[in-house]
Amino acid sequence: MIKRADLAGFAIGAIIAHPMRSALTALGVVIGVAAVVMMTSIGLGAQQRVTSAISGLGSNLIVVMPNFGGPPSGGLARQAAGSALTLTDDDATAIAAQVQGVAAVAPSVRGQVQVVAEGTNWNTRIEGVTPPYLVARDLSMAEGRMFDDAEARQGKKVAVIGKTVVDQLFPSTDPLGQRIRVGDVPFEVIGVLASKGQSGIGQDQDDIVLGPLEAVRSRIVGRRVKGNNVQSIYVKAADADQLDTVQEDVTNLLRDRHHLREGEDNDFSVQNLASILAASQATVQTFTILLAAVAAVSLVVGGVGIMNIMLVAVTERTREIGLRMAVGARRTDVLYQFALEAVTLSLAGGILGLLLGIGGGLLMAKVGGWPVAIASWAAPVALGFSVLVGLGFGAYPAWRAAQLDPIEALRRE
Amino acid sequence: MIDISGLRKTYLMGEELVAALDGVDLHIERGEHLAVVGPSGSGKSTLMNIVGGLDRPDEGTYLFEGEPVADFDDDELADFRNRRIGFVFQSFQLLPRLTALQNVELPMIYCGVDKEERRARAAAMLERVGLGSRVGHRPNQLSGGQQQRVAIARALSNNPDLLLADEPTGALDTATTIEMLKLFEDLNAEGLTLIVVTHEQEVAERAKRRVSFRDGRIVSDERSAA
Repeated sequence: MIKRADLAGFAIGAIIAHPMRSALTALGVVIGVAAVVMMTSIGLGAQQRVTSAISGLGSNLIVVMPNFGGPPSGGLARQAAGSALTLTDDDATAIAAQVQGVAAVAPSVRGQVQVVAEGTNWNTRIEGVTPPYLVARDLSMAEGRMFDDAEARQGKKVAVIGKTVVDQLFPSTDPLGQRIRVGDVPFEVIGVLASKGQSGIGQDQDDIVLGPLEAVRSRIVGRRVKGNNVQSIYVKAADADQLDTVQEDVTNLLRDRHHLREGEDNDFSVQNLASILAASQATVQTFTILLAAVAAVSLVVGGVGIMNIMLVAVTERTREIGLRMAVGARRTDVLYQFALEAVTLSLAGGILGLLLGIGGGLLMAKVGGWPVAIASWAAPVALGFSVLVGLGFGAYPAWRAAQLDPIEALRRE
Repeated sequence: MIDISGLRKTYLMGEELVAALDGVDLHIERGEHLAVVGPSGSGKSTLMNIVGGLDRPDEGTYLFEGEPVADFDDDELADFRNRRIGFVFQSFQLLPRLTALQNVELPMIYCGVDKEERRARAAAMLERVGLGSRVGHRPNQLSGGQQQRVAIARALSNNPDLLLADEPTGALDTATTIEMLKLFEDLNAEGLTLIVVTHEQEVAERAKRRVSFRDGRIVSDERSAA
């Protein structure tokens, strides 16, 4: 019986005898595997980013927003979140007072502003909030203090800033007690938020200025937010078990307060993060599967390429096959030799494709700033599939080779 | 060593059935040097294929050292060719990618001889046919006569009982043909059984026994006085 090492030697010998052809044959699998690895890495990265973005908002969090996802009103197209402001400070106060199992209620308005300090400019997000905001969003102070209820109510012009804003505006000085101009309005910095790091949907969570709700609403985002309207109310449930009842109670309370009749649609939306998370993850997952499926098609095309070249090789090497049979190769020896050749080609392509896919993923992460996460199962699955592709598409050519009649084969020119 | 009786083989050529072998009886002893002659289509190649285990007869018996080769399955036939038979072809049939040494190793690979042993045996065999200095050459770097010597070394590498040569000198010039015939005679003198299919008169005359074929039958079987 022939030794396995010798069979492998035949396969490898045949592959390196035609380096260019072998490389081109394996290229299909290289591209297929690279595409699958890259696509699943991007999908997984997006999934992780969505997860961290949403859970980074705060735990046990319910977000109430005006008219979100409601039916189009007045015959117009669906309105963007926050464009029809149906929520007020009083709604927030009522939720805090009347709903059981609530740890914090934080109404908020927000905008994008230019902040200036010591002649330096920085464009950042500003959010007008009340003190419970810190609890609701799981934030804490690194330095200084948060403004208190009185300051918030009075609309004092004090600000708490995130680490990125500190880095941009006060690279070398202590920000506490410094004056900054938010838009045209001077604010005093009284605190710095503890860093939450780079996360979110490409959003730097430390790139933020917090000011008292009243001050920010009237002086900064006043053109869009009138009276005592707010753009969102964050409600933090005391614990995860109460999330559903709190969500239901908030909904009922707000329907009541907004005088909505039975059967009328909500003019606000109440979403808890768990359901938002599940929905977004499902969406991302669907996309990942779709991408991987498209990429897998190219893997199959690569397999067809292998089959094509193997069939050519069997025709080309008919005399060799006849000679091998004449000197004592069994049909199974010939079968294994050609199958092994196909598998080796495919596996080599798979290894190269895997490296290329990982490299491409890392490159996209670095250059494009895409979220990319290489799955731990990428390597075994990619290599396993390359072996299967090689076997699947190499089987028929190998069988053809093994079925040759040695006399006919030797006579072939 | 070989006992053949009532051998028949028919082929379908287009729509016509052609009897390549039409009742052949043949007995060959160990150590014989036999030439099989006859015009093309007389059935001599078909007989060689059956004797070499590349083909099976439709009818008749073929005993090799008492073993019924005609009843072997594909794997048994492959092993039979591997261990018992050495083939030499008119067109050499060397694998162009492999060196002379690797070509000679091939039959030994298929019966699982260790790398070191088969290297040594292949080198010794090439030495035996006078190509000791050409082990690393590829077929296209060798002359026709040298290529045929490599093919003979390959045929002998597994110590076969029988060497089957199908028109071994058909592609060689006269001088090389004479060298080759000398090699065959030497091998036969060492005890190797030899069957040479040829239509060259001088090649046939060098054999101790000549069997002539016509229309699938043996028409004469003569031995040299020597």
